[in-house]
Amino acid sequence: MAIENLFKDEATEEKGERARMASFIGAMAIADLVKTTLGPKGMDKILQSTGRGQSVTVTNDGATILKSLHIDNPAAKVLVDISKVQDDEVGDGTTSVVVLAGELLREAEKLVNAKIHPMTIIAGYRMASECARNALLEKVIDNKLDAEKFKEDLMNIARTTLSSKILSQDKEHFAKLAVDAVMRLKGSTNLESIQIIKKTGGALTESFLDEGFILDKKIGVGQPKRIENAKILVANTAMDTDKVKIYGARVRVDSMAKVAEIEVAEKEKMREKVQKIIGHGINCFVNRQLIYNFPEELFADAGVLAIEHADFDGIERLGLVTGGEIASTFDNPESVKLGHCKLIEEIMIGEDKLIHFSGVAMGQACTIVLRGASPHMLDEAERSLHDALCVLSQTVNDSRVLYGGGYPEMVMAKAVDELAKKTPGKRSHAIEAFSRALVAIPTTIADNAGLDSAELVAQLRAEHHKEGSNAGIDVLTGSVGDMAKLGISEAFKVKHAVLLSATEAAEMILRVDEIITCAPRRREDRM
Amino acid sequence: MALAFDEYGRPFIILREQDQKTRLRGLDAQKENIAAGKAVARILRTSLGPKGMDKMLQSPDGDVTITNDGATILELMDVDNQIGKLMVELSRSQDYEIGDGTTGVVVMAGSLLEQAEKLLERGIHPIRIAEGYEMASRIAFEHLERISHKFEFTEADMEPLIQPCMTTLSSKIVNRCKRAMAEIAVKAVLAVADLERKDVNLDLIKVEGKVGGKLEDTELIYGIVVDKDMSHPQMPKQIEDAKIAILTCPFEPPKPKTKHKVDIDTVEKFQTLREQERKYFDDMVQKCKDVGATLVICQWGFDDEANHLLMHRELPAVRWVGGVELELIAIATGGRIVPRFQELTTDKLGKAGIVREKAFGTTKDRMIYIEHCANSRAVTIFIRGGNKMMIEETKRSIHDALCVARNLIRNNSIVYGGGSAEISCSIAVEAAADKHPGVEQYAIRAFADALDAIPMALAENSGLQPIETLSAVKAQQIKENNSCCGIDCNDVGTNDMREQNVFETLIGKQQQILLATQVVKMILKIDDVISPSDY
Repeated sequence: MAIENLFKDEATEEKGERARMASFIGAMAIADLVKTTLGPKGMDKILQSTGRGQSVTVTNDGATILKSLHIDNPAAKVLVDISKVQDDEVGDGTTSVVVLAGELLREAEKLVNAKIHPMTIIAGYRMASECARNALLEKVIDNKLDAEKFKEDLMNIARTTLSSKILSQDKEHFAKLAVDAVMRLKGSTNLESIQIIKKTGGALTESFLDEGFILDKKIGVGQPKRIENAKILVANTAMDTDKVKIYGARVRVDSMAKVAEIEVAEKEKMREKVQKIIGHGINCFVNRQLIYNFPEELFADAGVLAIEHADFDGIERLGLVTGGEIASTFDNPESVKLGHCKLIEEIMIGEDKLIHFSGVAMGQACTIVLRGASPHMLDEAERSLHDALCVLSQTVNDSRVLYGGGYPEMVMAKAVDELAKKTPGKRSHAIEAFSRALVAIPTTIADNAGLDSAELVAQLRAEHHKEGSNAGIDVLTGSVGDMAKLGISEAFKVKHAVLLSATEAAEMILRVDEIITCAPRRREDRM
Repeated sequence: MALAFDEYGRPFIILREQDQKTRLRGLDAQKENIAAGKAVARILRTSLGPKGMDKMLQSPDGDVTITNDGATILELMDVDNQIGKLMVELSRSQDYEIGDGTTGVVVMAGSLLEQAEKLLERGIHPIRIAEGYEMASRIAFEHLERISHKFEFTEADMEPLIQPCMTTLSSKIVNRCKRAMAEIAVKAVLAVADLERKDVNLDLIKVEGKVGGKLEDTELIYGIVVDKDMSHPQMPKQIEDAKIAILTCPFEPPKPKTKHKVDIDTVEKFQTLREQERKYFDDMVQKCKDVGATLVICQWGFDDEANHLLMHRELPAVRWVGGVELELIAIATGGRIVPRFQELTTDKLGKAGIVREKAFGTTKDRMIYIEHCANSRAVTIFIRGGNKMMIEETKRSIHDALCVARNLIRNNSIVYGGGSAEISCSIAVEAAADKHPGVEQYAIRAFADALDAIPMALAENSGLQPIETLSAVKAQQIKENNSCCGIDCNDVGTNDMREQNVFETLIGKQQQILLATQVVKMILKIDDVISPSDY
C-alpha cells in the first residue's frame, strides 16, 4: 500500500536515478555557466542585482559570479560552496575548481549509465586523485633559495593570473605592482596591510603603488595641510558629545540657567579631553568616530591635524603601519604608544583630495591606487588584483610552482592514465574517466580562445609522452608551446586545492541517491 | 460512524464534527500504519553499511545537508505522518542512548512491521504478534550476550578501541581517512574518560570546524579552540603561561536590575558622575591586573574605553565568548567562572601553557587556541574540510565514533559486525521458535526473518545477490558453528568478521533490537486512527 502523505505538503522526494540525474544536471549547468570564463581568452559575465538600483557587475571571477546567483538545485549549491572556499583559502582558481568538478560529474554520469555503481566510481576517483597529486608533486619547481629566480616565478604567476582578467592589457604593469606589494609583506599572508583605493578617471596604466599609506579622508578646515615628522595618535573615542555612560543617568533641572550651566560643564569636559589629547605631544589625531565642530576648532587652534570618521579598517591599518596603538582613554600620556611617520600631506588624485602618510614606521604597508574609466572597471580590477595578491602571498609561503597553460592537467592526466592501465577491475573505468575530466580543462581553455581544441589537445598529449616536456597551450599563437620559455606559471597550492576540492565535491554529490526537499518556509506577507 | 441512538431513537454524537475527520479502524488502521513505518524504513535502507548511499536534504530555508546518518536524515525530513514521526523518535532515542546504529534500528523496525503485516493477513491477533516479538527479542538479547566478546584495552593499547570506531566511520564520507579519524576520536575520549567510574562526559569534547584545508588536516587539540579574536587588534597574539580570568560580567558601566534614575541637576553632580565613571573602568581593569591575570575571557562586551584600558595595561582580552565555551575553558584551565569583579582572586584564575591566535586562509578568519592547560580533561577536535557540508557531515561522523568509544569504555563487550550478529540471532530465534507452543510461534519465526533484513540490505547495498549471499553465510554459520560470519561488503575475500576487523558494541546492538521491538509493538496495538481531514 503506498502511503501518500508521509511528508508535509509541498515537500518533495526524489529517489535513485531521478535524484542522481537532478544533481548531475544541476552541477553541470553551473559548471557550464562559468566554463566560458576560463583561460586568458575567457569571456566576462554581466550580473544585475535584483536589489534597489539594479547595480551591475561585470566580472570574470568564478567565485563572484556564483556568489550572486540564486540557486535552487541542491547539488549546484555544493559547487558554489567549493568555489567560495577556494576563494577564501587561496584566492584564485575559483573557476577551475567548478569546471573540474562539473567535468568529473559529467564523466561519472556516463559511467552510471553504463551500470557502474557510484561507490565504484568514487573508489576509482579517489585513487586517481591521489595519483594525480603525486604526479604534480614530482613536477613542482621550487626556487625558494634563489631570490632572483623566485621573483621571476612570482612575476610569471602574477602575469598568468592576471592574463585571464580585465587587466590583461596591462598585465606587465599590474604584475609588477602586485609582486612589489607582496614582496614588501616579507612572507606574511596578511593582506590587510595592502590597501587598495579606487578612483575613477584616468587610465588603468596610471594605477600606481604607493609606499606609504593613503587615507581617503579630508583634513579639517584651518588645519595644517602638511606635517613633517608627524606624531600620530590613533583613537577610537567619542568626540561629538561625550555621554555619561552610567545607566539611567539623565539631566533634570528646574531652570534655564541650570541648563546653561550644564552645557558649559559639558563643553568644559570636551575641552579637557581635547587638552589631554593634545597633551600627548602630537600633531596629528585620527579618530574612528565623528569629531564635532567644537573640538575640531580646538584642534585647529593647537595646530593639530584632526581627521574624523576614519572607518574601522582604516584605523586598524593606520595603527598597524604607524606603530601606534588605538587609544580610547587619555589619562596616561606617557605610556600611550604614538604612531610616527615622516610626512603627512594632502594629495590630489583625480578630483579628490586624500591624505597621504609617507615614511611610516612599518615598511610593510603600501597602498595601490587603481585608476580606471568606470566604477565597474575598477571593481573588476580590484577583484583581479585581489586574486593575484592572494595567490602571490600564498606562493611566498609555499614557494612550489608549476607551469601553467594546461600543463599540470596534462601531467596529471598522463599519470592517471598509466594508473588506469595497471588497475584491475571496474575501478579502472572511473580512473580513465578522471583523466578525461582533467583533459577537459585545457580543452576548454582552447575552445574559449576559439582554437581547434581537439587538434591542440592531441598535439599536447603527444608532446607530453616525451620525457621532460614542458608543453602547454600557447593561447596567443594558438599552438603548443614550451611553458618554461613563455614564462607561464601557476602556484602549486592553487592547483592542489583545485584538485582536492573538486574531487571531494564530486564524491559528495555522487554518494547521494535521494533528495528530500522540505516545504519552503513561507514568508509572511506584509502589507 | 461514531453515531449511536438512545432508547428513544434520538441520535447523539460521540465524536465531535465527525464529518471533518477521517477514521480508520481495525485491520485497515494497522495496515495503514505499517505502510507508513515501512515507507520511512525504505528511505533509510539504502544508507546502511559501508557501501550505503547518502541523502541530500534541503531545508525550508534552502540550506543543503548531505548525510549518511540515519538520525539526521529523519530529523530533517519534515515527516508529517504520525507513525512516521514515531520512527523518527525511535531513531532519535537510539542516537541519544547509543549514538550509533541509528539507521539500523529503523531498518530493523521496518522489517518487523513488514513481517507483522503478513501475520495479520493470516488472521493472527496483533497482540499475539506483539507478544511473540517480545519473547523473540528477549531470546535475541540473551543470545547476543552469549556471542559477545570481552575486549581488553588499556590506555597505552588503543588498538581495540580504534577498530570499532573505524567500523562506524567506514559507512560515512570520511572513510577516506577513517584510521586517522578513529584515532582522533579514541584519543579524545580517553583524554576525558574516567576509567575508574567507566564513564565519559562527551560534553568535555568540543567539536569545532572551519572550512578550508583538507580532511587530513583535522587534528585533536588538547585544549580549547574558540572562534573569536582578541578584543583589540593590537593585543599580543600569543601568551605563554597565561593566567586566565574567566568573567561573566561586562566591562561596562553597572546596570542594576531595579529601575532607577540618576538625576543630574547641578554642575557638581555632572562632574562627580563623570569622575566616578572613569574610576569605575579603571577599577575593573585594575582588579584583573591585581590578581595577576594575563588574559581576560569575558562572556560580554567591552566598552571602548575599557577595551583601551585593557590594552593599555597589557592585559589581552577576548569578548563575547559563549556560555558553553566559557565552561569548557574553566574546566580545561582549572579556573573558576567569576560573576563579579569583587570576587576575583588569584586562586580563581585558570592556567594554560600557551594561548595563541591563529589566522586562516586569505580572509580575516581568526581563532584562539588555548593549549597546554592545567587540566587536560577538555579537548577539542578541530575539523578541516573542502566545504561546509563536508565539515557538518564529518562532525556527525566524529560524534558517532565518539559515542562508540564511550560505549566501549562503559561496557567493553563487542559483537562482530557485517550482519553476523543479526544472522546468528536469527538462527537462535528460529531454533527457539520451534520449541514454543502456541500461536506466538509464528511471530517468533517472523522475528527471525525480520532479523535477516539487515544483512540482506547490507548485501544489496554492496551490490551482492542478497538472497544468495545471506543463505550462504547462514549455512556457513551453522556448519562451522561460528557466529562471526557476516557479509563481505568490501569484497575482501573472507566473510569472517574477525579477520576483517569489523566490530560493533554489544549494547548498541542490544539497544537496537529492544527499541525496534518496542516501537513495533506500539504500532501494532493501534487499531483506530482518527485524524482531522484536510481543510
